[in-house]
Amino acid sequence: MKVRLLFFASLREQLGTSGEEVDLPSEVATVAALREHLVQRGGAYAKAFGGKALVRAAVNQDMVQPSARLKAGDEVAFFPPVTGG
Amino acid sequence: MKISVQRDDFDAGTEIRKLAGDGSVGAIASFVGLVRDVPMTLEHYAGMTEREITKIAHEAATRWNVIDVTVIHRFGELQPADQIVLVVVAAGHRGEAFAACEFIMDYLKTRAPFWKKEHRAGTAEWVEAKASDDAAAERWAKEE
Repeated sequence: MKVRLLFFASLREQLGTSGEEVDLPSEVATVAALREHLVQRGGAYAKAFGGKALVRAAVNQDMVQPSARLKAGDEVAFFPPVTGG
Repeated sequence: MKISVQRDDFDAGTEIRKLAGDGSVGAIASFVGLVRDVPMTLEHYAGMTEREITKIAHEAATRWNVIDVTVIHRFGELQPADQIVLVVVAAGHRGEAFAACEFIMDYLKTRAPFWKKEHRAGTAEWVEAKASDDAAAERWAKEE
């Protein structure tokens, strides 16, 4: 299942990329599973997504909980808690 | 309803006058947020920012008897004293206008995908989210 990943702010800087196209294994079906999948990459990904890192997620530009399900073609964005206004 | 996420500055007076309407508006409340102390860069998630702010403005319009809303939020490089955000609410009476204006700002701070990076003395640091901002937004949920 192919999805588009986007990273913003400190997360984008930590990972050195603003996003990528990924082909996920079928068992990676939720935002929480995707996060764990990214942790498995190790290095900067393990640091950015592992443990107590405060990471928010949006699917197709709507904020979601970790239990949100993914489908092919989704735009999945990860970012730190927002600080606008 | 006007929602704009833009690099350019805005004129609050012009935006307020635009909401004066045809005689049904009895009160216009506005809020302008400014850059304090240090230069900053504001990053945002283009597309989602407009969507989130539109949702928040619609929610305010369903809670209070609001006639019209304007929200302008800037991004990019900003200097101390620069304007960042403008919220203008037109309503029949002041209570509704004040409440809706504050509600929109409180939710915008916790929901709209913007991130501030402060530049001071050769270093740049991302601003951390404040628990007090979450508390300000949650206060509205409790009042339901």
